[in-house]
Amino acid sequence: MTEEEKLQQELKNNVFITTLNSVYNWGRRGSMWPMFFGLACCAIEMIGAADPRFDFSRFGMEIMRASPRQADLMIVAGTVTKKMAPQVVRLYNQIPEPKYVLAMGACAISGGPFKEGYNVVSGVDKFLPVDVYVPGCPPRPEALINGFMMLHEKVMNQDIRQVRWYRKEPIPEIPVPLIGPDLIDLGQIEQIKELSARPAQAEDEKS
Amino acid sequence: MAKVREQPAAEKVSPLAARLKEEFDGAVIDDSPNGIVLAADRLVDVAAYLRETPDLDYNHLSGVTSVDYDEYFEIVYHFNSLKKQGEPVILKVRTDKENPLVPSLTPTWPGAAFQEREIWDLMGIRFEGHPNHRRLVLWEGFEGHPLRKDWREPYFEADSKPFSSRWPEGQHIQVEERTPLGRNVQYPEGWDPDEWEPVDEMADFVERMEAKLGENGDSLKTQKVVVNMGPQHPSTHGVFRMKLVLDGEIVIGLEPVFGYMHRSHEKIAERNLWVQNIPFCGRLDYISTISNAFPYVLAVEKLLGTTPPERARYLRVMVAELARILNHFISIGFLFNDLGAYFTPVQYCLEEREFIMDWFEMISGSRMMGNYYRFGGVTRDVSPEAMRFAETLVRERIPRAIDEIDRFLSENEIFLSRSVGVGVLSLEDAIKFSTTGPVMRASGLPYDIRKADPYSIYDRFKFDIVTEPAGDVYARYLVRLREMRESAKILEQALEQIKEGPIQEGRKRWNQKVPAGESYGRVESPKGELGFYLVSDGGTNAYRYHVRSPCLINLTALEKMCVGQKVADVVVILGSIDIVLGEVDR
Repeated sequence: MTEEEKLQQELKNNVFITTLNSVYNWGRRGSMWPMFFGLACCAIEMIGAADPRFDFSRFGMEIMRASPRQADLMIVAGTVTKKMAPQVVRLYNQIPEPKYVLAMGACAISGGPFKEGYNVVSGVDKFLPVDVYVPGCPPRPEALINGFMMLHEKVMNQDIRQVRWYRKEPIPEIPVPLIGPDLIDLGQIEQIKELSARPAQAEDEKS
Repeated sequence: MAKVREQPAAEKVSPLAARLKEEFDGAVIDDSPNGIVLAADRLVDVAAYLRETPDLDYNHLSGVTSVDYDEYFEIVYHFNSLKKQGEPVILKVRTDKENPLVPSLTPTWPGAAFQEREIWDLMGIRFEGHPNHRRLVLWEGFEGHPLRKDWREPYFEADSKPFSSRWPEGQHIQVEERTPLGRNVQYPEGWDPDEWEPVDEMADFVERMEAKLGENGDSLKTQKVVVNMGPQHPSTHGVFRMKLVLDGEIVIGLEPVFGYMHRSHEKIAERNLWVQNIPFCGRLDYISTISNAFPYVLAVEKLLGTTPPERARYLRVMVAELARILNHFISIGFLFNDLGAYFTPVQYCLEEREFIMDWFEMISGSRMMGNYYRFGGVTRDVSPEAMRFAETLVRERIPRAIDEIDRFLSENEIFLSRSVGVGVLSLEDAIKFSTTGPVMRASGLPYDIRKADPYSIYDRFKFDIVTEPAGDVYARYLVRLREMRESAKILEQALEQIKEGPIQEGRKRWNQKVPAGESYGRVESPKGELGFYLVSDGGTNAYRYHVRSPCLINLTALEKMCVGQKVADVVVILGSIDIVLGEVDR
């Protein structure tokens, strides 16, 4: 075997060719750090998913970061209350791109059993873009891990040319809702003004 | 539609009421088995008399709550005698609906501080003389007082379930379609967002603290710093928030902020059918989920007048004690998380939790939200296979795990230096701040409702009340550790005594009417005295449903424990109280 052939053989063993997308996504998939952010009952099952039996560190996710600035994934584990909603949005804004949101449990998806409550937001997707929904009350750790795998699938299918964090235009922050007489979504402020201006009609609609 | 309460006729005057009538001329307005109604202006005197008279000795204000009747508001006080033990004494005062105002007990009974604020927040009753008369779970500026019967939530549909929109044939109308904004919000008439200004709560806090702390430390001209901890903080066990005033590293002022987890439990429960509340109970204290419904079913059974069959009673106790062991495992594990032993001890504890949850899943079908208790029984019988598994757990696995934790952690030098003498709560303060459960027992008082006011079949078991005299973080840790051993003892006896038999009194019913009346059911939950105060008007849902949350009331003592300690110790002290936010805020 000549030197040239030897080298080629050596390279064959050590170099493989793939797309940039796959490598980029594979790297991100294998080190998706969730934020240590528990709201309610589901947080206990989220911690349960980290315990020796279920052990989500198998997916490169064991490092739960308490600071949003070091996290990639926000697991909204529990009921989002109106009082907490501004903080949830603020935390989301503080996570650097690329970032994902996983709504865990019925409450985070829609308000769940507490939907009718006066201090409960009917699902975190009223404010944040949610990537994966994991239903259950609370979901079992297996279900949460299935949610992670679905998120991994989503990550693997992202195209580096399309993703929002490499575009030129800045990514707009989500306006943080305010708490006044009730929760104020700044995206709805015009409708709120309209509604408050003609109260009698609004009462009719309600009944 | 609020119905007039059917007042059960007072059969005979209780000895205490007779005595109070003698001592306080005109103070006793009414007396019934449900409580002694006092004139509002005499409340503080009567409460002081109850505390200071040696043969009465009602020195523990267990709970304060309120009920919205058609003609008046009623504030209900539960007083315990820690020496005599037994049932609590119930005092009530009434106030008119136009300008509800009652004297505050907080200056003399600091344990009432948060509960009175909660009543102001949710029911809109003012407490004259309360040092910090602010909303507790909702925020300043919220419109209305939600637990009043005439207040309606944005998604209001009907006074009680089942709602017509979800019935029959499974079709339902999305509630979003019925609200103008498609959201769970409502705004007062004529409210103008342009002119509205948000409340600056931090400025308010700084002002209040300056007034409270006065010249403390000013002579040295040190800079005091206000620090916010939470609601997103890895050590606050959820979404708890503390506002701290620091002098360097030392805490000189602390105020907890609640409500980030307030899920309107009580309002929802007053719309629910009686039986529908059982799954909601599981979501209160979401560590020991399955046993939370215990006091609720006890309270409803008092009204119904049923007693569950023998086997069901044993199963209830077994579930409750395993839940206690589970809770204490998690509590100890997370205490070490707070100490900086990040996620190693807790992994061992979580491993045990999985096995206990396996048993819950075997008996109830769900890992976490077992939803196992029913009025007059339990949902399902336990198979012989599950019983054998329980035997292995109780006799082998759990004692081994407790010993392991004891061996590895109890003598750990770092742990000792971080916990001994930290967060000391004297017995006097523990009583004054109405604490219960391991927090109180770690201050040296052997008070345990399982012995003080035995419910279910706890009088049949031999076990000890664990106490520690020191009142610090280490004492609370030791109490929890040893309580697990006592629970294992109870479980062993229960496994020996349990016999085959029916598990449900009468037939299972999903919608039943509960006779009118009031009842208070309480148990020694892993966190302390968990009580349910219920008022029924004879209908299919509760007229008033109140949870006496041990976590919230134990937190009243937090400021006392933390002032003078370092910031890092605040985290540990909070961990040692063992709170679960679902129960704190409800």
